[in-house]
Amino acid sequence: MKPTDVSDPQYYHKVVDCQWGCPAHTNVPQYIRLIAQGKYTEAYMLNRDSNVFPGILGRTCDRPCEPACRRTRLDGEPVAICRLKRVASDLRGDIEDLLPRIPTQKNGRRVACVGSGPASLTVANDLLPLGYEVTIFEKQDRPGGLMWSNIPQFRLPPAVLKEEIDYILDMGVDLRLNTPVSSMQALLDGEMGDWDAIFVGSGAPRGKNLEIEGRYDSERIHIGIDWLESVAFGHIDRIEDRVLVIGVGNTAMDCCRTAMRIGGTDVKVMARKSREHFKASPWELEDAEEEKVEVLENHSPTRFVIEDGELVGMDFELVDWHEGEDGRLRKEVKGNRIIPCDTVILAIGQETAFPWIERDIGIEFNEWDEPLVDKATFQCTREGVFFGGDAAWGPENIIWAVEHGHQAAISIHQYCQDLPIGDRPPYGMNLVSRKMGLHEWSYSNDYDEAQRQKMRHVQLEQRLQELTVEVEEGFDLQQTLNEVERCLNCDVQTHFTTNLCIECDACVDICPLNCLTIAPNGDEEELRGRLSAPAVNLAQDLYVSENLPQTARVMVKDEDLCIHCGLCAERCPTAAWDMRQYDLEIPYAGLEAGARHPDRVGVLAGSDR
Amino acid sequence: MSWIAKPRIAHPGLPKNALGLTRRDYEGGMSTLCAGCGHDSITAAIIEAFYGLNLPPHRIVKLSGIGCSGKTPTYFLSQAHGFNGVHGRMPAIATGAVGANRELTYVGISGDGDSLSIGLGQLAHAIRRNVDLLYVIENNGVYGLTKGQFSASADVGSKAKKGAENLQPPIDPVLLGLSLGATFVARSFSGDKEQLVPLLQAGVRHRGFALIDVVSPCVTFNDHEGSTKSYIYTREHLTEVTDADFVERMPEIRASYQPGEAIDVRLHDGGMLRLRKVAEGFDPTDRDRAYAYISEGLRDGEVLTGLLHVDESALEMHSVSGTVETPLVDLPFEDLCPGSDALDALQQGFR
Ligand SMILES: Cc1ncc(C[n+]2csc(CCOP(=O)(O)OP(=O)(O)O)c2C)c(N)n1
Ligand code: SF4
Ligand SMILES: [Mg+2]
Repeated sequence: MKPTDVSDPQYYHKVVDCQWGCPAHTNVPQYIRLIAQGKYTEAYMLNRDSNVFPGILGRTCDRPCEPACRRTRLDGEPVAICRLKRVASDLRGDIEDLLPRIPTQKNGRRVACVGSGPASLTVANDLLPLGYEVTIFEKQDRPGGLMWSNIPQFRLPPAVLKEEIDYILDMGVDLRLNTPVSSMQALLDGEMGDWDAIFVGSGAPRGKNLEIEGRYDSERIHIGIDWLESVAFGHIDRIEDRVLVIGVGNTAMDCCRTAMRIGGTDVKVMARKSREHFKASPWELEDAEEEKVEVLENHSPTRFVIEDGELVGMDFELVDWHEGEDGRLRKEVKGNRIIPCDTVILAIGQETAFPWIERDIGIEFNEWDEPLVDKATFQCTREGVFFGGDAAWGPENIIWAVEHGHQAAISIHQYCQDLPIGDRPPYGMNLVSRKMGLHEWSYSNDYDEAQRQKMRHVQLEQRLQELTVEVEEGFDLQQTLNEVERCLNCDVQTHFTTNLCIECDACVDICPLNCLTIAPNGDEEELRGRLSAPAVNLAQDLYVSENLPQTARVMVKDEDLCIHCGLCAERCPTAAWDMRQYDLEIPYAGLEAGARHPDRVGVLAGSDR
Repeated sequence: MSWIAKPRIAHPGLPKNALGLTRRDYEGGMSTLCAGCGHDSITAAIIEAFYGLNLPPHRIVKLSGIGCSGKTPTYFLSQAHGFNGVHGRMPAIATGAVGANRELTYVGISGDGDSLSIGLGQLAHAIRRNVDLLYVIENNGVYGLTKGQFSASADVGSKAKKGAENLQPPIDPVLLGLSLGATFVARSFSGDKEQLVPLLQAGVRHRGFALIDVVSPCVTFNDHEGSTKSYIYTREHLTEVTDADFVERMPEIRASYQPGEAIDVRLHDGGMLRLRKVAEGFDPTDRDRAYAYISEGLRDGEVLTGLLHVDESALEMHSVSGTVETPLVDLPFEDLCPGSDALDALQQGFR
């Protein structure tokens, strides 16, 4: 194999599984370390740099970081990264002084954002400190988009949501509530103001329908996201006793749990397939079942049963699934079953809808009526018009919307300076030794055997009484202290300097996870067969050094299971191995990798590294 | 010295041996030797060797004298029996232990000072008695523990850390072993586990005294320029005269060799030692020719490694002395201590 180029910021980035898995590349290990030191404000700000809404995301994030977490590969359970984010948010001090200062002298550029969800808010967050004037059009009477209308308050308290949205609005957003944009043409033509760039962050607002017999014969059949929105805005505050929720994604979970709180006594979630195919996050499914929602699998709906104009039940095929030769699942119908109910909520997915965008203004759509949006620049086929969040490629989640917002803001900034938007600013990195003494490191390097801490929940009776009681209580101090020690410090990299190595084998011998091998070089597949321990996870890289000075063999490290304990570096007589903290420097609009807004005052998050 | 102990968490894919144990089950406590000490690599090789031999750790006895080398048994096989004896006196203790219980497996760890300076007389007699013991000399040319004075294995002209030159001729443990009639003599290097592990395994299986001299650089006091026991010097002067594969009790051996390319040595317990790539003009089963070959190599400054002599036909201590098969600990008290009448009868016989 070729020697690994660790000067490429992406090599060490990939070692930090959580950061690599996070769409916004949040520096997870460092914020966990800051929490461990009681520096909650700094931990919050470090989060905010990349994910903008730590308090909201600390409760609602889809957490792609957690399945990626290396700890899972060692003791089966990831570090509770998301819950720790919430700890930072709950315990932070006042951060207003740490937010970027907004220049009074504007740069003369005006940007319009359609929709006030996380994507648009991120665009505003990134552009306002650069002197842009940002206007957000929102059709509702409150900002926040889906974060308001579709995430129930028992998961996300309104105060948390409002506070983090206000940080951005207070930077000087020109927010136009109750102002739907009904024509892109009009927006482009200056009928609503003059814009240098337009960002569409209007989400995927159309819930999928189920066109089967009886669909339009009752008032008591709802589209999930519309129904949640009505509840959020107070238009609906009751539901009948017996509720069927069709679908088993996260929206279905929010629907069934909401129903349990506003009158539902017998709430069933109806799934077409079996459990292993459920789309809901496992923890949300778990919470719903804890609240006595019944989940029925392998029920495929065929018709609504209407008697005398009243919805009385729903008819399902009872099915089994078999994998066909093409790998696709085929159903076998075993019979049918009518399940009585008073109300049905359809939560079978959602999609984008752009009835307000004219089709003859240079914005092209594909065969599924989705706009063509460039994956890197977020620009559509009309110059100066950008898409992000669910509006770009359909439903994702908040953290993706934030990352889209960052990228779109970079494009808009380039565009407004007449720079090519395809030239993406490069990432950087910073690498600093954590050596304190001969065998001492300035990070918590010992492996802690603690198991993942369980979230405490409000008592069942209490939480079902009211829609606004937040279910999760957050970690207490002891849980926090236990959980932070589970983090494996994957950002503290094992950094190797080839010409210092005397090939004494000390590192190879001491490594508790048998990550290291000194051997003659070979091609990857063959080399993987000669490692100190079998390579179980081929998705993880092998580090390969230059030829070693004494024997011309190479040092090979399988990154997969390294626990970053630093023992290789402790046992190294020549400091060929060193433990160096890696910091991925991420570029944002108007800020090169590693740069910060010049007038930002106070303590800088992560500055104590 | 490390600040933290080696975490217990292990690679989930670690292979298991016939006893269902992984290598980690053969480890000991955390080493307190200098980082990079050759002795630690030998420890790792010993762990690998015993793991590979499928021996239950609690049926092993580890013994040592004094020195950095003398400390190392703490760092492997924490479930084994251990005895840390007086400087240079481990061979006598081992002789007693082996005499008392022949069902255990014995490994003695010594240093060049421990074996060739203060303990030379002890070593000589353990060889002569052919005690059934794997005897490893962790040879770094200095007294590591007492801060790097030349030992009896230091080469003429080798320089100490501060520049002083050694003028006294060395005692070479391999030539010493050959001249005293050792039945298993090998040399290896701490930095070459591929060679060392099978040699250790063969040494354990050899019935009798198995002497392995392992060049084991002292990074702190003897790894500088001018040293003849440094990592780099050893690598530059090392010549492998035989390449041993230890084949555990295998009726058939897979690889086939041209005659002359390999020599097979059948061990007493049915195990097989296959020596590949034997240097031309060298025959490890011929003691006299091996002696001549090695002393010539030494004169030329070569570090000849591999299995240098083996003789499976010689009698070990128990056979010579006709000792009882049963370990003393398992003998009924009446047999072990037959009483004063039996003693009287015995003494009568000497009258
Ligand atoms: C009877 C006795 N004499 C002297 C000493 C001091 N002493 C301790 S270790 C040592 C030399 C050890 O050298 P070596 O056997 O080569 O071991 P190394 O430390 O090099 O591994 C000496 C002389 C002692 N402990 N006991
Ligand atoms: S002094 Fe030398 S022999 Fe002793 S532990 Fe240190 S390096 Fe090893
Ligand atoms: Mg010594």
